[in-house]
Amino acid sequence: MELFWYIVLMTMLTIYVILDGYDFGAGIIHLFFAKKEKDKKAITNAIGPFWDANEVWLIAVGGVLFFAFPTLYASSFSGFYLPLIMILWLLIFRAIGLELRGLVHNKMWEAIWDKAFGISSFLLALFFGIALGNIVRGVNLGMVTNGVSTHEAHYFFLPLWNTTFSPQAEQLGIIDWFTLLLGVIGVIALAIHGANWIIFKTNSGLNQKLKKVIFNLNFVLLALVIFSLTIWHIIEPKPFHNFMEYPWLWIFPLITFTGIFGLFNVKTFKKDGLGFLFSSLFLFGGLVSTVSSIFPKVLPSTNNVNPSLTLYNVAADEYGLTVGVYWFVIAAILVAIYMFIQYRVFRGKMDDVGYGEH
Amino acid sequence: MEDMLFYDRMQFAFTITFHYLFPQLTMGLSLMVVYFKWRFLRTKIDKYNDAAKFWMKIFALNFAMGVVTGIPMEFQFGTNWAKFSELTGGIIGQTLAMEGMFSFFLESSFLGLFLFGEKLLGQKLHFITGFLVFLGSWASGYLIIATHSWMQNPVGYEILENGRYVLNNFGALFSNPWLLPSYIHNQMASIITSSFVVAAIGAFYLLNNKHNDFGKLFVKTGVLFGLVSSVLVAFPTGDLAAKNVIEYQPVTFAAMEGIFETEEGGSEIILIGQPDVDNKKLDNKIAVPNILSFLTYQRWDAKIKGLNEFDESVYPTNIPGLYYAYHIMVGLGTIFIALMLIASVQLYRKKLYTTKWILWLLLFMLPFPYIANTTGWYTAELGRQPWLVYNLLRTADGISPTVSSGNTLFTLLGFIGLYLLLGLLFIMLAGKIINKGPETTKHI
Repeated sequence: MELFWYIVLMTMLTIYVILDGYDFGAGIIHLFFAKKEKDKKAITNAIGPFWDANEVWLIAVGGVLFFAFPTLYASSFSGFYLPLIMILWLLIFRAIGLELRGLVHNKMWEAIWDKAFGISSFLLALFFGIALGNIVRGVNLGMVTNGVSTHEAHYFFLPLWNTTFSPQAEQLGIIDWFTLLLGVIGVIALAIHGANWIIFKTNSGLNQKLKKVIFNLNFVLLALVIFSLTIWHIIEPKPFHNFMEYPWLWIFPLITFTGIFGLFNVKTFKKDGLGFLFSSLFLFGGLVSTVSSIFPKVLPSTNNVNPSLTLYNVAADEYGLTVGVYWFVIAAILVAIYMFIQYRVFRGKMDDVGYGEH
Repeated sequence: MEDMLFYDRMQFAFTITFHYLFPQLTMGLSLMVVYFKWRFLRTKIDKYNDAAKFWMKIFALNFAMGVVTGIPMEFQFGTNWAKFSELTGGIIGQTLAMEGMFSFFLESSFLGLFLFGEKLLGQKLHFITGFLVFLGSWASGYLIIATHSWMQNPVGYEILENGRYVLNNFGALFSNPWLLPSYIHNQMASIITSSFVVAAIGAFYLLNNKHNDFGKLFVKTGVLFGLVSSVLVAFPTGDLAAKNVIEYQPVTFAAMEGIFETEEGGSEIILIGQPDVDNKKLDNKIAVPNILSFLTYQRWDAKIKGLNEFDESVYPTNIPGLYYAYHIMVGLGTIFIALMLIASVQLYRKKLYTTKWILWLLLFMLPFPYIANTTGWYTAELGRQPWLVYNLLRTADGISPTVSSGNTLFTLLGFIGLYLLLGLLFIMLAGKIINKGPETTKHI
């Protein structure tokens, strides 16, 4: 039963990352590459009708985490207190930027909210990458100092950084060079993903330029991914252990690289949606490969005193998880129907939506 | 530790108070949008369709505000109330996860379709999308109040050896006697907010002599919805909710009514007065004898337990706050009924649109339903203190064990700053939509 909910949770998380990922990515593209007013309009039109529905996935992921794995929810949310609250602020700031830009037709006003939208999108991508880095690196559970737990075995608290920025320090910080590397990968991957979405949903004059951007960023992405794999053993001595044990798991790294290599052909794609498909494959494969490398751990312990959190020692009780299946299956079918209807009605290019005009 | 609890509570109170300004409007407003759209389908008069679309725009703005301020609510269970989440997650996680899955997806998907899809969908399907948005927002309220009811009156659980609460009866969460009266009471209060807002905007148009057709429609619809909901919020729903309090939390009832001493021969109802908790009395009291006994038990001489019959360790933490919250809610509720009755009489006599003083009153009443809704929730929440889960888990035992008070104060200050900005911008944006007014359908 725990495994069922773990798969549900990971599936929902992946869907969230793919969906809100293109929102953040579009924001990053907006920040760095959209100079003309009509390009900016095209970008906001492409995500306008979707962004708040996409953020509902975050609420749903949080809800299922709370319900199925309450100990993990309590431990990680209080331990990652500051970055999580900052993510909330950034989400709010981003929404303000998007919604309020069109309120006043004034160059300065628009410039302020463009930057708010772009910068918060950039930082969100960075933070989510850093978050993933923290989960695979692990934390000092029980806040052990000198071999003694100072708190209950499944609680911890991390400051934003420590002075060494090292993932091997005894007292860790949220940002160290390893988690920052994953943050940068997050930014680049989502920038590519967002650019693909813009190409998919608009006929903007930016599209040709974005294909070049994707092509170039893709090299950087590939280099960083390979680099991260060569140093992964620093945070996890046996990173491929699970893959050796269960060889079928190799399918996920394979999907990841299919995504990257597929995108090198971005300039010759006949269909505009193909790029988006490949960057989604990359995100899906990358995320699943990463979490399966630490399975069944969900939050590793970096000390020898307290055990890692696994999906089995953080789950809710059997009865609750079992009843949950009934309503969840019904809800999931309904959600699939809504999504189908929504994307069916808003299929095709979105250039004329007129988003943000009040 | 004391500081920590204080900042945690302040942050939750501040963010939830701000958040609930938006859902209380959207739940009621979605019903009124469905009403306008239904009238359009019946009469084919464009005015109704334009009204439905105009209010759905206001709805969308409030919904977006509700989403961005709602995510922090869910996150804070984990960030600030980790111990509470760990111990009760197996139970309240059910209803909260159901809310995300059943209502938010429904609401957000079909809101987009309603706003951008009228031409693609045709009128009947457009009506249905509106109805589904309404259904989603009311389902959300239902599941939140189911969660709230479990905290007020825990049912269907058992306690494990490690101190955790686990569910042993899923159905009990929804047959909780606390749930239905609170839910209907809350939904009626939500309709009050939306009808006062609709009426106030209508009055604003009429007093400005612009969009007069819509002004009349909004005032009329607002007054009729407002009259029905103002009455229903008091009786039977408010009455039933109060009876739950006296049955399950008698000490809370005594505190919110300001009854320090049990009165033989029936308790008076306190209209005005300032509680002096140290000396266990009420200053400057204005009260009517025996009414409280009658309202509660339908007998003039029924005995109602005063605070003197309870041990101080179970007293609500903030008795004056609780007392004021409750009295402000009830006082405003009474004023709402009176105003809507007068307005309805004028409407019946076909004089409402020209009776300037009522239009001015309707306009200036706009903030008060928000205050009444907020103080109503304060009554419920302060009434439950010092418990997080009534009689089971104290609030002080629910906070995150590793987060320091300095960090919580930091984020509290951040939320205050950000929400001030957010509120300001919301008012600008809403003001712009309202000032521009509904767009009328053009026939070519």
